[in-house]
Amino acid sequence: MAKKADEGFTPTGMVYKSTTLPKPTQKKHKSLGIKDEQLPDIFRNMYLQRRFEERAAQMYQKGKFGGFLHLYIGQEAVSAATVHVLNDDDDIISAYRVHGMALARGTSPDACMAELFGKKTGCSRGKGGSMHFFDVERHFWGGHAIVGAHIPLGAGLAMANKYQNNGRIAICFFGDGAVDQGSLNETFNMAQLWKLPVIFVVENNGYSMGTAVERHSAGQLHKRGEAYGMKNGVANGMDFFSMVDTLTDIAKEVRETNEPYFLEVKTYRYRGHSMSDPGNYRTKEELEEFKSFDPIERLKSYIIEEKVASEDELNAIVEEVEQQVLDSIEFAENSDLPDESELYDHVYVQKDFPFHT
Amino acid sequence: MPVKQFREAIREAMVEEMRKDESIIIMGEEVAEYNGAYKVTQGMLDEFGGKRIIDTPISELGFAGIGAGAAMNGLRPIIEFMTFNFALVGIDQILNNAAKIRYMSGGQISFPMVFRGPNASAGQLGATHSVAFESLYGHFPGLKVMYPSEPYDAKGLLKTAIRDNDPVIFLESEQMYAMKQEMPDEEYTIPLGVGKIKREGKDVTIVAHGKMYHVAKQAAEQLAKDGVEAEIIDPRTMKPFDFKMVIESVKKTNRCVIVDESHPFAGMASEIGFIIQRDAFDYLDAPVLRVCLPDVPAPFAKNLFEKWLPSPKEIIDAVNAVTYRN
Repeated sequence: MAKKADEGFTPTGMVYKSTTLPKPTQKKHKSLGIKDEQLPDIFRNMYLQRRFEERAAQMYQKGKFGGFLHLYIGQEAVSAATVHVLNDDDDIISAYRVHGMALARGTSPDACMAELFGKKTGCSRGKGGSMHFFDVERHFWGGHAIVGAHIPLGAGLAMANKYQNNGRIAICFFGDGAVDQGSLNETFNMAQLWKLPVIFVVENNGYSMGTAVERHSAGQLHKRGEAYGMKNGVANGMDFFSMVDTLTDIAKEVRETNEPYFLEVKTYRYRGHSMSDPGNYRTKEELEEFKSFDPIERLKSYIIEEKVASEDELNAIVEEVEQQVLDSIEFAENSDLPDESELYDHVYVQKDFPFHT
Repeated sequence: MPVKQFREAIREAMVEEMRKDESIIIMGEEVAEYNGAYKVTQGMLDEFGGKRIIDTPISELGFAGIGAGAAMNGLRPIIEFMTFNFALVGIDQILNNAAKIRYMSGGQISFPMVFRGPNASAGQLGATHSVAFESLYGHFPGLKVMYPSEPYDAKGLLKTAIRDNDPVIFLESEQMYAMKQEMPDEEYTIPLGVGKIKREGKDVTIVAHGKMYHVAKQAAEQLAKDGVEAEIIDPRTMKPFDFKMVIESVKKTNRCVIVDESHPFAGMASEIGFIIQRDAFDYLDAPVLRVCLPDVPAPFAKNLFEKWLPSPKEIIDAVNAVTYRN
């Protein structure tokens, strides 16, 4: 017999295990084309993302800056693998949990921290804040905070690349909540119809804010691609090498075929949706389980086990990153706020626009 | 000078600019194979091919957003909405992305693009197909808004809009597409934000834009028979708005009626009226009046629709009120 509506529409009252990771790759770094000397830098990249955000959270809690703060902690393998695999002039666009991606792409911790502080030295000159990091020089296109609204922008970046025949591809990241937006479905249809060279990546961290993926999305996320005949797959986002393995093939294929791909990355955020989130929708056991797969610890162990670098050498990197992050806080604190005269800057390209008063 | 239709004027503006600039593309529903829902883009697929004249699915959010993304990355898209009534399902792409990302990025990104298509009512089409959006788009910093009333203005302004490096909302009207006017062969543009006095008069200023200009013109012709000389200002660009021209005219006539095919609450007429009372208070011999839509959606029934739409008679009544002739 059909269920009655009074049992509720969205299932409630039970805690889900939000995501299941595919098995990590067994491939070693060399078979993935990664040289020994690159590994410590990759570790540095991921650890910088982690430590930057841990310190940013402290600064937020101390009241050093306002706004929202959405932390990426736990998902760093995704960003690190992305910048490792893609060319530096491929175009990256992402959502509002974006500090890690900017840092991974090479935006300086100084510019990132200063943006959090709303200083003129920030990567968006203090006009964007935590959710709106931009670094166009590095082909990093933001930093977008209306869920799913930047998905067509990602396809548009790819359309312009294809139009200009410049060999660049675009990659567009969003969270599992964005899969439910109409923007994704309209964009997927057009991206496949027009064969746009774009990789759509859903970073499925199990929760759309506080709603487990099973409670907000029908079916498997990557299968949304099937309806449009779009190639799709799943990757383990808690493991750097698995991400590299998967993304390398996808990037090659998208570049060669000029067709889109939809990748579902299974990952996990350790912190709340934002700083005000007590996380009552998930269990401690689940959080601890995912922390046991920590991508940074895993890479560190791998590097040591493979004798690519010693623990001391990696600890030296940790110290350097720590100092770099502390320096970024000092830089942000010592930077000037934007001049009040800048209030009217950057609205229009036109220099003498007669603003209405 | 040759006589051309409004739709031809718009087409010529796009064709001429596209011949000069490879980065301009047109995207929209039925713009290519079908030759345009209102034949504005007729023949353009033949000349420019499918790489530049691009049929889209009925996905206003999708193609407005993809166009915006392409604008960020080097193209100069012209996005055609079959009407701006349909743009509502994609309006987030215009108001949040095209209008704000430049600001949020501290000036790193620009959106050299035009969103164009018919605006406001076009006969008995019911409430969803009859909305005038100029005040809504004008409300948002980051956008520029044009709403020409005649073919000559349309061509010159659209060329300006296409060359502009900021996003421009370019409003047209189904009911104006067939309007004809003499058009020069030589190239010209019309600057952003400059209105035009389309009828000189000393007794009252009538501000009327877009399709309402033609209603105001009829009213002015009737008023002239009664010895009242109305000055009609067509602002042509809604944002930035040529308040200076309006204020100068009001200082001369001391009376003003604003005609606006928007609902009365927080419409263009409200803003124009506010500026007049602030900047020309001492010159006014009567309160500024407005003729706009009632605060109800568009009805379908012919009699109700005709009562709903601003008419020459309403404008004449308003002019009689501000000139104390009734």
